[in-house]
Amino acid sequence: MPPQLKRLLPAFIIFILLFLILKHFLTPETFGEKGHYRYSSIAEVQQTQMKYAGKDKCNECHDDIVENLDMDVHAGLSCETCHGPGLMHAENDGEYEIIIPSEREMCALCHSMNVSRSTREIVQVNILEHNSGKKCIDCHNPHMPWELKE
Amino acid sequence: MGTKRVKNSRRDFLKKTAIVGGGAIAASILNPFDAVLIASEDPGDKSKVWWAYVIDIDKCIGCGRCANACKNENDVPKEPFFFRTWVEQYTINNNHEVHVESPNGGIDGFDQSLDKSDVFKSFFVPKMCNHCHKSPCVQVCPVGATYDTPDGVVLVDDDYCIGCRYCVQACPYGCRYIHPEKKVADKCTLCYHRISKGKTTACIEVCPTGARMIGDLNDDKGPLVKFLKKHNCLVLKPHLNTGSKLFYNSLNAEVR
Amino acid sequence: MEEFNHLYEMLSQVQGYVYPNEVDLQWGLLIVQYPYLTGLVAGAFITASLERVFNVKALKVTYELSLLTALAFLLVATMPLISHLGHPERFYEIMITPHLTSAMAIFGFVYLWYLMVVLLLEIWFDYRRDMVLWAREAKGLKKWLYKILTLGVNDISPKTVMWDNKIGYFITVVGIPSAFLLHGYVGFIFGSVKANPWWSSVLMPVIFLFSAMVSGIALIMLVYMVVSYVRKKKPDMLALDTIAKFLFYVIILDFTLEGLDQIHRIYEAEESFEIISMLVSGKLYITLIVVQVFLGTIIPLVILGIFQFYKPKDSIRRVLYLIVSLLILVGIFFMRWNVVIGGQLFSKSFYGFTGYKTLIVGSEGLLMATVWVIVPFSILAFLLWLLPPWKKLSSKELTEAES
Repeated sequence: MPPQLKRLLPAFIIFILLFLILKHFLTPETFGEKGHYRYSSIAEVQQTQMKYAGKDKCNECHDDIVENLDMDVHAGLSCETCHGPGLMHAENDGEYEIIIPSEREMCALCHSMNVSRSTREIVQVNILEHNSGKKCIDCHNPHMPWELKE
Repeated sequence: MGTKRVKNSRRDFLKKTAIVGGGAIAASILNPFDAVLIASEDPGDKSKVWWAYVIDIDKCIGCGRCANACKNENDVPKEPFFFRTWVEQYTINNNHEVHVESPNGGIDGFDQSLDKSDVFKSFFVPKMCNHCHKSPCVQVCPVGATYDTPDGVVLVDDDYCIGCRYCVQACPYGCRYIHPEKKVADKCTLCYHRISKGKTTACIEVCPTGARMIGDLNDDKGPLVKFLKKHNCLVLKPHLNTGSKLFYNSLNAEVR
Repeated sequence: MEEFNHLYEMLSQVQGYVYPNEVDLQWGLLIVQYPYLTGLVAGAFITASLERVFNVKALKVTYELSLLTALAFLLVATMPLISHLGHPERFYEIMITPHLTSAMAIFGFVYLWYLMVVLLLEIWFDYRRDMVLWAREAKGLKKWLYKILTLGVNDISPKTVMWDNKIGYFITVVGIPSAFLLHGYVGFIFGSVKANPWWSSVLMPVIFLFSAMVSGIALIMLVYMVVSYVRKKKPDMLALDTIAKFLFYVIILDFTLEGLDQIHRIYEAEESFEIISMLVSGKLYITLIVVQVFLGTIIPLVILGIFQFYKPKDSIRRVLYLIVSLLILVGIFFMRWNVVIGGQLFSKSFYGFTGYKTLIVGSEGLLMATVWVIVPFSILAFLLWLLPPWKKLSSKELTEAES
């Protein structure tokens, strides 16, 4: 064997061995268990903190409001659709305040006139003209929208 | 169950062909239509959950609560460049010109500048990760930091992603972004932390019209499969063969 | 808030509709640089092989120069790639757990193969005898560098030197497909993205390969003229003419392939055709039509074409070769630009465009990119100091003939 190869071959073999050793120690523990990924990452994603409690959770304390809400057209709404994420609120005895929206823009998100919305799906008003300047909730109770307030 | 028998014999035939043909190509034609309804890895084992999603465009009123809730639930940056789900407003005027918009992903609501008489057709389309089972993003990830879970959800491993952005390029639906703080790819997890605890996703929780639905594709009697049976559902960009598991009811051809 | 100023500016430049996540253009200047640098490597290496394998004697004077240039650029080729990563410190994962379905995953191995097995070895075998001789003459640091670099193989008997030549030749032969692999592969990274109609093309690897050869040959032409100028020697006109001849043929091939790709696109006129034609005639007009095609291809093609029939005197040819090589290097840079940036300017919804503005600072900025242009030339200067091709035993006779 030429002297060059006598020197190079061992060098390459050492290089490859080093690589294999590194590969062994650097590969994360659960990698490849179920596929080409870190299997434990699934459990890590599952541990993400939830923010939304769900309507059932709200119902545990506010069953009176939920009962009203579920009577008619707003039955499909979840409390958190308008009030925002409420899990912290629910799990800490109401210590964390939830959002209580009162501005017209909130109602307008669904109810402002827009050709893209199906009129069958939703009641729409011209938000610029309809009692402009007044709050929607001055007249409408969002929990019982079919009733007009005084 | 005549259809089932036909299906099985067809599958047997194709399996034989696959053995003869061998290789990846044959494997991918094994169940060409099952991709829509039956699990990818082992179509025979229907005992396990295989998540899929349905969006009913007819029901969507474009309130953007889904996009808003998603940002809250998943700590998505509030800036208008990062979305796990967003809502698009399509307006086709009487000259048949298509106009699409999604200001802040629809979170702040939509304006419609056109009068009803000028509009040929208009509708909202919520978008999100398609949780493809032949997902291009998973295919191109060089390190295995994004993957398809055994129950059919495409996830990102935050602690392993190198932030090369190849997956962002590979996603035909624009559903991925680079998280500005974490510096890794980020996308819809189908609220995996919620659905694996029996809760529904944040977007479905807050949707006022029930335009969104999650379900098990392996459960023939479940609401999702029933919905697919009743309605003519389509996936986005079917020609790309991504095996999308996000089905749209009343999808128009203009939607891309 | 301030970190998003750039994105708000881009948002104001959006035309039509883009998916909200698309406002942030993901692959910027550094990813333009990456295929550019890799292409220069592949092209420079193929120029070297012309002499060794295809026996083009006139290119003997640029053989070592080509190899050293290839090495200098290869050493930094991955740097733009790594510095643009969100997590550069996790780069090793691509070697440890390469995901074999990913076109990007194998790059680490292709790169290492090319660096360790092809370039370093070829240079080592080519220089071993000279390094042994230089180690005897040199003093201080240089002496020790040579001693280390020979790896202690000090045998310069004719039999051993014959092995140097034999194995070196074998490596060059292996090196040609490796160079093709290296750069065709880079093309595949883009060509295999089915979501992007501007990239997704079977011709992409081939186009990348030929444009790599064009840019690499032009680079050798430029480096050879500059090095000769610095050494106060007149460049060998036969060598320059020969390089120019090959350059001419390769540009024709490259231009044909790129033309074919575009004609195919235009004729098929698929779903994406409207947005792409708006892209080419709009946002890419300057960089594609003016710079890449007109300045970077047609003008060099005309000049080199004329030289095939009519050769003006040496001094004029030298100036024109200088201009041509610079034009080509700029043209190919913008070819990469048009592929990488162009492919991200239009929305995958095909309903609109986002913008791109090169930032000055930051890991994706102009300063960083400038660093990765200066560094390879510095490495080349160092390599030429350490391993001067003109002081090699085999080139002694040539140098004498020159002066």
